[in-house]
Amino acid sequence: MKKKALAVLLAATMVLGLTACGGGGATAPASGGGDAAPAADSGSSGGTIKVGIINNDPNESGYRTANDKDLKETFSAANGYEASFAYSLKNDEQITAAQKFIQDGVDYLLLSAADTSGWDTVLKDAQDAGIQVILFDRTIDADPSLYAASIVSDMDKEGQTAVDWLASQNLDEYNVIHIQGVMGSAAQKGRSGALDSKVKAESNWNIVTQQTAEWNAENAQQIVQSVIDAGTKFNVIYAENDDMAKGAVAALDKANISHGVGKDVIVMGFDCNKWALEELLAQNWNYDGQCNPFQSSYIDEVIKTLQSGGTIAEKTIIMDEKGFDATTITQEDVDTYGI
Amino acid sequence: MSKIYKNQIFIPMTALLILLLFNLIADPSFFKITMGLNSAGNPVLSGYLMTVLDNGSELAILAIGMTLVTAASGGQDISVGAAIAIAGSTLLRVLCGTNTRPDTLRTPIFVAFLISCLVAMAFGAFNGVLVAIFKIQPMVATLILYTAGRSIAAWINNNELPIISDPKFSYYGGFIPGIPIPTPVFIAAAMVILITLVLKFTNLGLYTQAVGINESSSRLNGLNPVFIKWLTFVILGLCVAVAALIKVSRLSSINYSVIAKDIEMDAILAVALGGNALSGGKFNMAASVIGAFVIQLLTTTLFKFNVPSDALPAYKAVVVIMLVVFSAPVVRDRMSVLFKKLSAESRKEAA
Repeated sequence: MKKKALAVLLAATMVLGLTACGGGGATAPASGGGDAAPAADSGSSGGTIKVGIINNDPNESGYRTANDKDLKETFSAANGYEASFAYSLKNDEQITAAQKFIQDGVDYLLLSAADTSGWDTVLKDAQDAGIQVILFDRTIDADPSLYAASIVSDMDKEGQTAVDWLASQNLDEYNVIHIQGVMGSAAQKGRSGALDSKVKAESNWNIVTQQTAEWNAENAQQIVQSVIDAGTKFNVIYAENDDMAKGAVAALDKANISHGVGKDVIVMGFDCNKWALEELLAQNWNYDGQCNPFQSSYIDEVIKTLQSGGTIAEKTIIMDEKGFDATTITQEDVDTYGI
Repeated sequence: MSKIYKNQIFIPMTALLILLLFNLIADPSFFKITMGLNSAGNPVLSGYLMTVLDNGSELAILAIGMTLVTAASGGQDISVGAAIAIAGSTLLRVLCGTNTRPDTLRTPIFVAFLISCLVAMAFGAFNGVLVAIFKIQPMVATLILYTAGRSIAAWINNNELPIISDPKFSYYGGFIPGIPIPTPVFIAAAMVILITLVLKFTNLGLYTQAVGINESSSRLNGLNPVFIKWLTFVILGLCVAVAALIKVSRLSSINYSVIAKDIEMDAILAVALGGNALSGGKFNMAASVIGAFVIQLLTTTLFKFNVPSDALPAYKAVVVIMLVVFSAPVVRDRMSVLFKKLSAESRKEAA
């Protein structure tokens, strides 16, 4: 009997846990940040613009968390929006959510697709229902006529900015430990591509090791540890995200290898997590490349243009993305751009 | 010969020796261990072997719990990675409160660890209830936590990523000042000693094996199979909490989506490499623990030889397939029959 009671209790905890974080991925009406609590009634009442936002799970990464927060802040009731959110990392669940939003009669459908394919039918439905679709963060393989705009990061450019910065350091020799993200992801391809071509082009750029740590700090730590154990010389760590740079630095600290501004090893990361920018500010790292999660202001602008009857000149909008140098970064940058 | 071969520990030991031998031939510097100072000025031992011992500890700890779960329930818990995220998140939440960048810890680390143990054991108990009472296949039962666990972990900390600056917290995954051997090695050793003592002085080992071999006959003999199965999941929960402490302490932070990613597969693999039947029943704890270090040795070796990123999983898969096939109980039995025949024939010839 006692055990049964325990079972019920535990099951209840689980269910609570599930609903509390929307982990199931079903459509959940937003009660975003506490400020935007849309009323349950449907049908767009004059003035407010109804948007349905389909995003990946905000727990996926710091990037996604910042992205979700940003969207919730912009598409709030105070700004004249009535927003509903749906989260899933699975394409089919996202498509179901899109269909629901279409039935609910939203004005705009904002989409960060889990997968690039399979969207044609549902986007066609949206078009027939007179709903404008705006893609953010991720593009899809569908006819551009099916969506109004696509707001994305240019990963190739991010990589290029970082490599250009590294080249501007004018080292005699570049011996790079290259720690890659999950192979085949857009971020990995863009950030690896720029470095790969630079290494091919220059004779004094060498790759000491090139391994994937799958965005995982510990794997990165092991990769760098392995290079240190082998006694190979290196002077640059090019990690494709902040977590991996952090893991790499942990291995350097263990071996008492100095890193940062004016030290033995240059440390580079990506994504501009707040804690990473603080490392830059403390000059423990040298560079951090931004992957801008703040698309909402761009989306807002697109919607305003469309609402006033204007047209979008360029369908694909590439966001501004910065690269921060430890010697020039300020506390203000950390507060503004840290995610 | 057949006797040695029949011994379960033979397989993981052979795998370990072959991998070490390969490294010895390919590059003897693999075995070099040097004493250096870390950036805090404390002495540390480093070298590939230390890396294997250090990074293999979490896996060895998990292998202990996974072996018991496998033996009793004839299935595996695939939620340990997610459960580590939950336990780690709880640990940080208790230490930091709502402030994600605390200068001082709110609670002693020991207390926070105990709370995270309780949470991890509660989640283990939840899995155990599903498996033992509701008789759901373990892999299906634990699929629930596998899918939801990381979201729960993020939710515990309001989706923030706490970072602890207190150097004391990093001792558990790093080094205690003055002691050059990584702390995880001590923690893993302590866990192994603990489970050895438990198996020696209690009936836990006997009972789990009895339940795993034949549930109804063990009930007829006065055991309570439901309780024993449930208990193994709770013990695995404890192992998860200990592994989580090490993992979180390594970087004094957490990343819910990647912490201990895919570690459940490695833990199951360690059990299989140890030659334990994944369908439950008899088990050999030492073999599982060695299996865990074999996996880490393989990973470290692949890193050392700079296997290209895209090919890494393929290399690992090939080695794993070989190891698992040779450690499968069926193959072992066949081989020992073969050995017996061979030795019988040679005896005949001699006579």
